[in-house]
Amino acid sequence: MDSPGTLSEQILSHAAGRAVRAGELVIVPVHRCMTHDSLTPEVIDVLRQDLGDAHVREPGRVVVTMDHVAPAATVATANAQVKVREWVAAEGIERFYDVGAGVCHQVMIEERLVGPGEVALGTDSHATAYGAVGAFGAGVGSRDMALALASGRIWLRVPETVRVAVSGSFRPGVSPKDLSLYLCGLLGMEGARYQAVEFHGLDWLDLDGRETLCSMTTELGAKAGLMLPSGPVAEEFPAPLWLHVHEGAQYAQTVRVNLSELTSQVAVPPDVENIRPASELGDIRVQQVFIGTCTNGRLSDLRAAADILKGRRVARGVRLLVIPASHRILQEAVADGTLSTLLDAGATIGTPGCGPCIGRHMGVIGAGEVCFSTANRNFRGRMGDPEASIYLGSPETAAATALTGAITDPASL
Amino acid sequence: MARVWLFGDNVDTDQILPGRYAPYMTSEADLGKYPFIEARPEFRETVAPGDVIVAGANFGCGSSREYAPRALVAVGIAAIIAPSFARIFFRNALNLGLPLFEADLRGALADGQSVTLDISNAEIVTASGERLPLPAPPDWVRAAWTEGGVVAYYRRYGRLPLESGA
Repeated sequence: MDSPGTLSEQILSHAAGRAVRAGELVIVPVHRCMTHDSLTPEVIDVLRQDLGDAHVREPGRVVVTMDHVAPAATVATANAQVKVREWVAAEGIERFYDVGAGVCHQVMIEERLVGPGEVALGTDSHATAYGAVGAFGAGVGSRDMALALASGRIWLRVPETVRVAVSGSFRPGVSPKDLSLYLCGLLGMEGARYQAVEFHGLDWLDLDGRETLCSMTTELGAKAGLMLPSGPVAEEFPAPLWLHVHEGAQYAQTVRVNLSELTSQVAVPPDVENIRPASELGDIRVQQVFIGTCTNGRLSDLRAAADILKGRRVARGVRLLVIPASHRILQEAVADGTLSTLLDAGATIGTPGCGPCIGRHMGVIGAGEVCFSTANRNFRGRMGDPEASIYLGSPETAAATALTGAITDPASL
Repeated sequence: MARVWLFGDNVDTDQILPGRYAPYMTSEADLGKYPFIEARPEFRETVAPGDVIVAGANFGCGSSREYAPRALVAVGIAAIIAPSFARIFFRNALNLGLPLFEADLRGALADGQSVTLDISNAEIVTASGERLPLPAPPDWVRAAWTEGGVVAYYRRYGRLPLESGA
């Protein structure tokens, strides 16, 4: 008997129409293609110039979002967005999410544009987030996307899989981002390079937390992060009958984590693998706290921050910037009072989208400044001036930090 | 002769081309002005076509931005040699026809050293005649390089390099 395989092996076998195993090269049809404002102009150029005026083969499988610089910050980005809108209309792409709809990955999952067992590509490294609903989601560049749009397929190397076997439950103030950062510290930035990461033992975890975990596998170098839809996610995203977690699957490595022992973690610049417990950082003053992005801009993240900030004010000299990951999240945060709580605490709110994560607009930081961010990368120069510093952590740690003005373990409040 | 540009581990795409300098924010024509603009400013000032980057592990980690390898192509980088590459960067480079070789030559070559890169024989030859072998690419990768990348290959043959020609 063949071993029944990892989630990646099952999904890619199903897509390829034959049993494939880790290490094999396959060419598979692509169920969903997502491309955003930052790379779509280049995708259009490749289709027109390098592929001989090629067109989108199946517009119904394509999603285009405006999130990386939205609303446009400069004439150059505004002109590029005009080009994208004209192309979307000309190609008959109906699933177009314009300025304010939200971060591409959040839109994909929230609007149910990707589902369990599918192969989905995004022109964004954090397309691994689609694993939160049991999809094989992989990030690609502009030329891979152009080829996928024109041909409807992609070549992939079937990845080996790192299994993360989780036990226990989060302590108060500790959340999925802390688990992700802990794994970055444990495995390093290439700990899962070319591999998939599967999370087991988290059947109780909600969709928001799954998105954080799966998207952050990118920072381990992973090709895909995967969880079988289960518990609170299974009803809305039922896994196809052929997709299971098999005891006999072969894993490259198994990492065991007891959540009950996990504390709040922080990535110290300039690398995501440079992880320290928040309680051990000492007095690191911050000028900006950013809560948002595809990593941690969801309703449960905003609520976690609001719970800590309720009835209090952010420290003098701290700018608290909150950018909900989508329009829907913004509406929900208005409806349930979360936004009022954050505003009362002194937060300022940005248009749903990527915000200053990539250092392009809406909260870029200057030389000598320190930003505590719930995003996913703290590389030098990522959010603005190369002499600025970025620390990464959970929404809970971000809120605690905003309150005190220095990086603070929420458990210490 | 080509100059060797030595880099360390985990050279990320924000170092290669900061998001603020990508063509969406700037002009396509200026792409070649920006590689390593903040991480290593002298690079763009003195890099010459044919030069080779020799780096540490996980080169190109981070963003999916294809502008990063394309900025290196724009200044004429002939190949990148590193023990490992981040997966999206690897694919982007292959699609662009920029040769990558998985090898660790940091101990064998110095920054600024002059070498000859021989892609067809997969080797680096130093000024003193020392030959440093590079791993030979699979045939389909070499076919993609020959055409100028996977995109150019697809346009010419109407199929991906791995697909049968039927």
